[in-house]
Amino acid sequence: MSDLMIGMSLLLSGAMIVAAIMATRGKRSLGISILAAGLVGLLASVQFLLLDAPDVAMTEAAIGSGLTTFLFFFMLRRLQGGEHD
Amino acid sequence: MIRRFTVLVLLAGLGVVFFSLWNGYTPDSELNYTASYYANQTAKDVGAANIVTAIIVTYRGLDTLGEVTVLFLTAAIVGLVLHRDKRSEEETLRALSPSGELLMTGTRLLVPLILLLGIYVFVNGHLTPGGGFQGGAILASGVLMLLLSDPLRLMSSRLIAIVESTSGLIFVGLGILGVVLAGGFLDNRILPTGTLGAMFSAGAIPIIYSVVGLKVGAEFSSMLVNLSKTENL
Repeated sequence: MSDLMIGMSLLLSGAMIVAAIMATRGKRSLGISILAAGLVGLLASVQFLLLDAPDVAMTEAAIGSGLTTFLFFFMLRRLQGGEHD
Repeated sequence: MIRRFTVLVLLAGLGVVFFSLWNGYTPDSELNYTASYYANQTAKDVGAANIVTAIIVTYRGLDTLGEVTVLFLTAAIVGLVLHRDKRSEEETLRALSPSGELLMTGTRLLVPLILLLGIYVFVNGHLTPGGGFQGGAILASGVLMLLLSDPLRLMSSRLIAIVESTSGLIFVGLGILGVVLAGGFLDNRILPTGTLGAMFSAGAIPIIYSVVGLKVGAEFSSMLVNLSKTENL
């Protein structure tokens, strides 16, 4: 692993930590928190790509960042739509 | 105060564990026995350009069958827990506000492309990274987008169930054909392995992985459809 790769993955790790803090401690809105949680998954899949594991990276991108984010938004919509119950 | 202190101690302990792991880590200079067998023999034995796929579908094919079964059980249990009768379904869904124009138009444009990408990923599983599980998840995210834009759309659970069970049967059937015609359960050499890297190569791997992709996609989709129809939130 070259120095450039190590630098990139350190940078990505920092960005992941920032995104994770936004996802858990963010006070602005639930939507932004969900997007930040999806960003953690997306950056994790880039990390897997840097580690030469493209198969794992695709799984992470499809499930961790795609499907989960969509599902959270879907449920958020359901919960906001059904406030009267 | 004492809670915060406990959290700090736990974090420090985790840090020590990871640091000692990282400190004692030296990369292997060469592949170990099993890994070198896979790396050297896969192209000759199985004919798949993607070694990961060859391991998942043939060498460890029974594990894949187990994983798909676990996913099937999960989908079945979600369906069992969230099941409700048809009449009250529509009443719940009608109460929702309509989706925005942006989402509706975006869905119309993107869903065919997402489904195409999912199919591409699992059909090319033996050549490029990705395969049944990834492609199935992509298919399911397309289905989820449809549900998100129009919750009233009639997602046929019957169609999903038929796709799911047919592909499961084909998967097991191909495995048994492997016992009869080739070396063992889920052996891919029931079809000619062809040239390495060609679209129609690697024996039955493309068929098995496409079937796994459809099955995974149908299982995820049935979970999502059940979730969208329930009111027990």
